[in-house]
Amino acid sequence: MENIDVMRAEDLSFTYPNAPKPTLKSITMPIEKNKITALIGPSGCGKSTLLRAFNRIHDLYPGLKYEGKILLQKEDGSMENILEYKKENELIKLRQRVGMIFQKPTPFPMSIYDNVAYGLRLSGIKAKSELDGRVEKALQGSAIWGEVKDRLNTSAMGLSGGQQQRLCIARAVALKPDVLLFDEPTSALDPISTGAIEELIAELKDEVSVAIVTHNMQQASRLSDYTAFMYLGDLIEFDKTKKIFTNPSEKMTEDYITGRFG
Amino acid sequence: MTGKLFKDFSIFSAILILIILAAIFGILYVYASDAIHTFGFDFLTTSSWQPGEDDDGGVFGGYIPIVGTLLATAIAMIIAVPIAMGIAIFLTEVAFPVLIKPVSIAIELLAAIPSIIYGMWGLFYFAPIIQHTFGGSGVGLLTAGIVLAIMIVPFMSAITKDAMNTTPSVLKESAYAMGATKFEVIKDVIMPYSKTAIIGSVILALGRALGETMAVAFLIGSIMKLPSKITDPTTSIPVLLANNFSEAQDLELSSMFYLALILFAVSFIIISFAKFYFLGRRR
Repeated sequence: MENIDVMRAEDLSFTYPNAPKPTLKSITMPIEKNKITALIGPSGCGKSTLLRAFNRIHDLYPGLKYEGKILLQKEDGSMENILEYKKENELIKLRQRVGMIFQKPTPFPMSIYDNVAYGLRLSGIKAKSELDGRVEKALQGSAIWGEVKDRLNTSAMGLSGGQQQRLCIARAVALKPDVLLFDEPTSALDPISTGAIEELIAELKDEVSVAIVTHNMQQASRLSDYTAFMYLGDLIEFDKTKKIFTNPSEKMTEDYITGRFG
Repeated sequence: MTGKLFKDFSIFSAILILIILAAIFGILYVYASDAIHTFGFDFLTTSSWQPGEDDDGGVFGGYIPIVGTLLATAIAMIIAVPIAMGIAIFLTEVAFPVLIKPVSIAIELLAAIPSIIYGMWGLFYFAPIIQHTFGGSGVGLLTAGIVLAIMIVPFMSAITKDAMNTTPSVLKESAYAMGATKFEVIKDVIMPYSKTAIIGSVILALGRALGETMAVAFLIGSIMKLPSKITDPTTSIPVLLANNFSEAQDLELSSMFYLALILFAVSFIIISFAKFYFLGRRR
């Protein structure tokens, strides 16, 4: 069966405000449906910048510039260029379809239940029964239900770092997004919590398509189906993870994954 | 050696503040004891302020200035809190970069103006406007309350702005990433995150409004009469004290210390209550 792209960057360049040169240079790569795509590369290569372009979270800050296209699959299967979105409303819809998990766990200062219900309420769901159901389902889907079901009304700030991060994933999953973007989701966590998060991400791909930025090469090779290697704003190589880690086409990719630089 | 010196100094400083507090309370109580014994708690509900003839001690009660103080402060807070929040939100989340600096500097300058200037400005500029709009004499509760509000807004908005600025941007981003609008991010993330500091600034502003003397003395009308409507002149505790101190003696003087003690107690109770109510539940 042929793979379908749920999102695709086409000839995408991105320039930060007042920067003399673009941070991303003509990137073309897909995020494939129900697969995990890892973005790797040394610090400053633009992998987080690229990830943050996929839900246009960059747009919170004024003065930046996109060129090229970022396509997102619509319900009818056709592709739409999300860079053409202008209104706040369109961006809100985009971010509900393309969720994001950050480097540090970011629970809101409210109860565990309200954290997960937050996005649902924003999207207009008011009925208590539906909220209850979707909160529970999201927490179960994020492998944290058992730990929090008796304390849903206590503050989310009291959870451990790993639990907070799973809560943030639950919060994003509750919106039933098409794509989830993970920006180094385990870099602030201990190895056991990291393991739990990785397992969770692997399970999530039945439901959503995942793009993950990581510094951890083992994580990329363990977790992902596809890997993109970036260097100084260029996409050097994109391929199946197996190929990238065993037999990359580019010398630079090989040097990086074998630890010769970066 | 220096370590020990620093430690001793900080212990000394901490104890000093307790001593000062106790000394103020003690002196107020000693001087007020005459009036406390004469009037007891009836002082709180008595609205006359009549020095007696010759040997007669007179009848003094704090009802009117207590009510005046609480009402003027309440008016000030009702006006000031939303405006201060609005300014802080504007400066942290809404403002275009060119506007942030001038508005911030203006706020700091406003905070630095001595209160007597607010009083004079209020009397000569603001009171006529109030008179024109609402009738009455121009001076009174409303005028005092509005000018008090203007005096405490800069302080509250400066602290609130700083607190809001400490909200981690990744927390804001994660709310935006859930599809929140700017307003929702302010309401659901920034406000709760900086809640403690916001309430702290409100409490401090409240303390200042309760005790403000000079500006209010110009604007409240300084007459010993219970206000029947919001534009009526009345008096407040600090104003009564400042106006009468030079001539008062014996029982009147003691009654004034009693009033001062009450102001002290009122501030203390309100501030403790606010702290307990808003901040206590988190711990």
